[in-house]
This record gives sequence, C-alpha cells and structure tokens, in this order.
Amino acid sequence: MYAQMIKTASNSVKTRDEMSDSERAFQDRIDAGQKIEPKDWMPDDYRATLIRQIGQHAHSEIVGQLPEGNWITRAPTLERKAILIAKVQDEAGHGLYLYCAAETLGVSRDELIEELHAGRMKYSSIFNYPTLNWADMGAIGWLVDGAAIMNQVPLQRTSYGPYSRAMVRICKEESFHQRQGYSIMLKMAQGNDAQKAMAQDSLNRFWYPSLMMFGPPDAESVHSEQSMAWKIKINTNDELRQKFVDQTVPQIEYLGLECPDQTITWNAEKDGYDYAQPDWNEFFEVIKGNGPCNKERLAARVKAWDDGEWVRDGLLAHAKKKSARVAAE
Amino acid sequence: MTRNEALFQFLLRLGDNTGILSHRVSEWIGHAPVLEEDIALANTALDLIGQTTFWLELAGEVEGKGRTADNLAYLRDAWDYRNLLLVERPNGDFGKTMMRQFLFDAWQSLMLGKLLTSTDPRVAEIAAKASKEVAYHLERSADTVVGLGDGTDESHNRMQAALDDLWDYTGEMFISDEVDEVLAAANIAPKAASLKTEWEELVGHILRDATLTIPDSSYTHKGGKSGVHTEHLGFILADMQFLQRAYPGATW
Amino acid sequence: MSKEWPLWEVFIRGQHGMSHRHIGSLHAPDAEMAIKNARDVYTRRNEGVSIWVVEAVHIAASSPSDKGPFYEPSNSKVYRHPAFFDIPDDVGAM
Repeated sequence: MYAQMIKTASNSVKTRDEMSDSERAFQDRIDAGQKIEPKDWMPDDYRATLIRQIGQHAHSEIVGQLPEGNWITRAPTLERKAILIAKVQDEAGHGLYLYCAAETLGVSRDELIEELHAGRMKYSSIFNYPTLNWADMGAIGWLVDGAAIMNQVPLQRTSYGPYSRAMVRICKEESFHQRQGYSIMLKMAQGNDAQKAMAQDSLNRFWYPSLMMFGPPDAESVHSEQSMAWKIKINTNDELRQKFVDQTVPQIEYLGLECPDQTITWNAEKDGYDYAQPDWNEFFEVIKGNGPCNKERLAARVKAWDDGEWVRDGLLAHAKKKSARVAAE
Repeated sequence: MTRNEALFQFLLRLGDNTGILSHRVSEWIGHAPVLEEDIALANTALDLIGQTTFWLELAGEVEGKGRTADNLAYLRDAWDYRNLLLVERPNGDFGKTMMRQFLFDAWQSLMLGKLLTSTDPRVAEIAAKASKEVAYHLERSADTVVGLGDGTDESHNRMQAALDDLWDYTGEMFISDEVDEVLAAANIAPKAASLKTEWEELVGHILRDATLTIPDSSYTHKGGKSGVHTEHLGFILADMQFLQRAYPGATW
Repeated sequence: MSKEWPLWEVFIRGQHGMSHRHIGSLHAPDAEMAIKNARDVYTRRNEGVSIWVVEAVHIAASSPSDKGPFYEPSNSKVYRHPAFFDIPDDVGAM
C-alpha cells in the first residue's frame, strides 16, 4: 500500500443511533454499494480522511519515480531502458490521476504538494530505500508493485467514485509493471554468478520493506474500522500481507533464490505460510524520516518543484498574454 | 569511401543523435517542473530510443559484421560516436533543455522529410515512422520555447541565455563532408548544407514569436560527426555503458 | 492569486466510433497545452483518436439534490422502451 497509517479523523465507528440523519443515509448508500460522487453530501471526516489517503497515495507515486529513475540512464539495453522509462512514466501518470481525484474533494494539487514538501503529508515507506544494483529494478516491479497491486485491486470497489475510477485505470495500466519486474529477476537469476548475486542481494534488501508496505499488524493498527465501514479501506493489513507472502514464496522458489526469511514454513491448517514479522521499529523510524533515503527523496522533489517555478509561471504568463491579445482583437 | 561505408557513418549519426538526446531527456524523469511535463518528456525520450534502435539496427546490417543496435550503443567508445555536439550539451535548466530540443527537432524534422524519398527503402521506412513522432516533438518544443520566451521577464531571460549558449552548436548540422557527398550522389540522403535555409526560416519564425534574438555569432563548434566530442560525452557513456562494460557478455 | 495552472477535463473518442468520453483531468496553462498534455497523459496506450478539453470551471453540472426530480420522472415513462409493446411473434422481427 501506498497509503500507510492513514489516521481517520474520528476514533471509533459511530453506531446508527449516534449518527445524524444525513450520516445514516450516507452509510446506507455505502452499504448498498452506491458510489459517493464529488458534489454529494459526505461527512467531514470522510472527506478529510480521503484527502489524506488519496494524497498520500499520489505522493507515493511521485516520490516512487525516484528509486527507479536512479537507474534509467544506466539501464543495460535500449529495450530495458525504454521499458523502465515507460514504467516510471506510468507512476507519474498514476500520481496525476490520484491528485485529480483528490482535487474533486476541494483541495488543490499545489496545496497537496506543499503539504508533502513541508513534511506534513507522508508517502509510502518503501521509497526511502535505495536502489543499489540493477536487480532492484526487478525487485521493485515484482515485490513493490506486487504489494501495491494487492491493495489497489480491491480499492477499485472503494466508495468514492473518482478514487475508484482512478484505481480502475491504474490497475489496468499497472498490470505490466509486476511482470516486467519478474522478467528482470528471471534474467538475473538465470544469468552469470554476478547477476545471481545481484538478484539475491536485491531480494534480501526488499523483502522486509515490502512486507512493511501493508502497514503495522492489525492488532496495533488503530483507526481502520471507520475506514472499512466507509469502504475506503477494503482489507486489513494482515490479510493483505498474508496474501502477498503466499503469492510470493513460490515465485522466489521458481527463481531459485533463497527467501530472506529463514523461518518461513507452510502451515497447512491455515492454508498459508507462517512468516517472520519485519522489524517494526525500523518501519516507524522510516516513517519518522530516518530511513536511508528520506532526506534525498524529499529534497529531490522540493528541488524539482522550486526549480520549476519559473517555468510554470512563464507558461501561465504567456497563456494570459495570448488570451488578452485575442480578447483585444 | 564506398557507398556502404558512407551509409554506415550516416546511420550512426542519426542513431547517435537520437540515442544521446534520449539519454539527456531521460535524466529529467522525476524532476520536471510539473507532472504533465514529466510525462511528456518521457514520451519524447521513448520515441527517441525507438528511433535509435531502428537506425542502429540498420547500421549494423549495413556494416555486415553482425553488430546489434545494443552492441553499437553500449560497446563503442566516444571517438566512435557520431552525434552532433548539440545533443550532448548538459541539460541545464528546463528552458535550456527545451531550447536544445527545439533546435534539434527543427533540424530532424527537415532531415526526416528529405529521407522520406531516400532511394534506400529501409531508410525511407524508418524516416516515415520517425517523422510522425518528430512532428509532434517539434510542435511541443516550439510551443514551449514561445511560451517561455514570451512569458515572464525571468523566463524570457533564461530562454535568451539558453539560445545564446546553444547557438554556436547549431552550425555543425549543416557542414557537409564526404559522407554526405557520397550519399547525396546516390539520392540516399540530402547534403547537410542543403537544409540550412529552411531550418533558419523555421527557427527564425519561432524565435521571433518567442521574442528572442538570434545571437550575432557565426562561430561553429564542430567535431561530433567525425568523433571528436566535448568532455561531456565520456561521462554520458560511462553512465550508460556501465553494466555492459562491467559484466561483459551478460544478458539482461 | 493562485499561480496554479487551471484544471481541465479531458474527453477522448476511442478507435471504435463511440462518442467522446470523460477520461480524466489535468492541469495546463491554456487550451492548446491542455490538448497536448492530454495526448501525452491519456493516450499513451493508443486509447484515442480525438481529444476535447474544457476548463473545469466552465462545466455546469446538475446538483445531486436534484437527483429525484431530475431522473425519477423518466422511470414512469415505460412506453419509451421497446419492450413495453407486445407485438405478436408472427409479425416477425421489429
């Protein structure tokens, strides 16, 4: 998930008796599977929570360009370079769709970007990890996009219409991301010794951070009941994490790589793997800003935005001059 | 110089121009002034990589030594590269990147226009595909040059500085040499010099709309077409060729 | 004064002769750039052959509270639908 630890404005789910008439009607519409559209009445908390969630998701896509962008100029073949550019470009596109979805809730893209740059809004913890060898381009597509897809597929059914539609488009486009990642891993795992070592190294570094993407264990995860009642969160963190582990372990085996979690065992009773939890202290440190790349990532985005100001202003000034000239004719 | 040798050199020039420029443009991805520009720049880079692949594949075929497009892109050193010095100029600010793009797009669109009627059908075919892409690149870069040139005082000044800096690198496009002579005689490609008037008209018209002044300089930096580059190309190749050089023979 | 580029709504007609369909939004300084940005953002996978853009502030929309009066009256006009009419099978396709 590109949206972790989203705090719902209210702490508990209201009972039907505690709800106002409009709140009750609103909840009924959601329960009936209806979509909420921008101009519909909605509780303030629903709006605020969605802005935070969609905004964080959008920021994650934008910051998410950077770890992969790091290898664009070093991609090893013309085709790999083209694929990687197309993939990073999709991330920019997805960020754009999501900002637009958030804008329907009455916040501007510039406001959201300002919040990100000021450190008041977060992005996914995963993008604060470095990309150190070419196999990381494989691991990100395979594991990071794989984990994101787990969350995004159910979110296509989310209650807020513009968010749901953005998710539908994103899921459609994203289907190639995970496959291109796995295809890089396959090449590396079947390659020479150095390539195999890169693949294993990359898996070792990305395994636990990928598990962290789903957020803290359900037992410690507050605020998600209200989001689930509003259908802006569809599955719990642990459900999705389990699904991800179950899907990924056989893929690791197919590559002939070693799972970084030595304790991993199949549990026939629960029909899933028992796996080791990531280091949650590390997760909270990364969220706080102490990950290996937090400072660089944010600084790169702030620089791009600040350096681009004269361009945005220049093109807007030109557009205004042009329309003034047309009006004068 | 045989016709085949000339054609090989010419194809390297085309493929290296687009290859090096795509590399430069791709450096922007994730760092553009606004999301819509990130996406547009990526499209330009992707088109240019596609063109590079076509030109270098054909170059390998013409050379007849079994070299692939990737071999040519990743395993030649700087002195074997044949791109214009213009495309290896560092990105600078966004305005300089777009000015470089515009000056090149204008030239490339004219060149491809002539290559549509090349007597070598393989060249004509690639030109047909690429010219559609480049027509859009030119439209977009010209619009941006005009928008920023005729925008705020700051954007105007930055665009004028970009033009002043890059102008002396444009003359190289129009210097004919033996390669051009041989190919022009066979109607495979135009002489470099023959594009000059049209290019000056096209560029002059856009720069006028952009309220920019063409520098009063007739000096021309040259050498790229024969393999004598600026210091920048070595760093581009060090970056680009790192994996292929560090792990020879690996497949990716 | 906001220096943010205005928001545009993008409508694209796909390959198959359908009407233009709302596909998303984007920011651009003017209509020409909005069309170009729409081309770059929304037709990356060959989705369209024609683009319309309109500045979002110029779209007039029906209000959600009008939903009842706006759309429910047509529920009762069942005679507008072909299945309302019983035509004997013997008449043939109609």
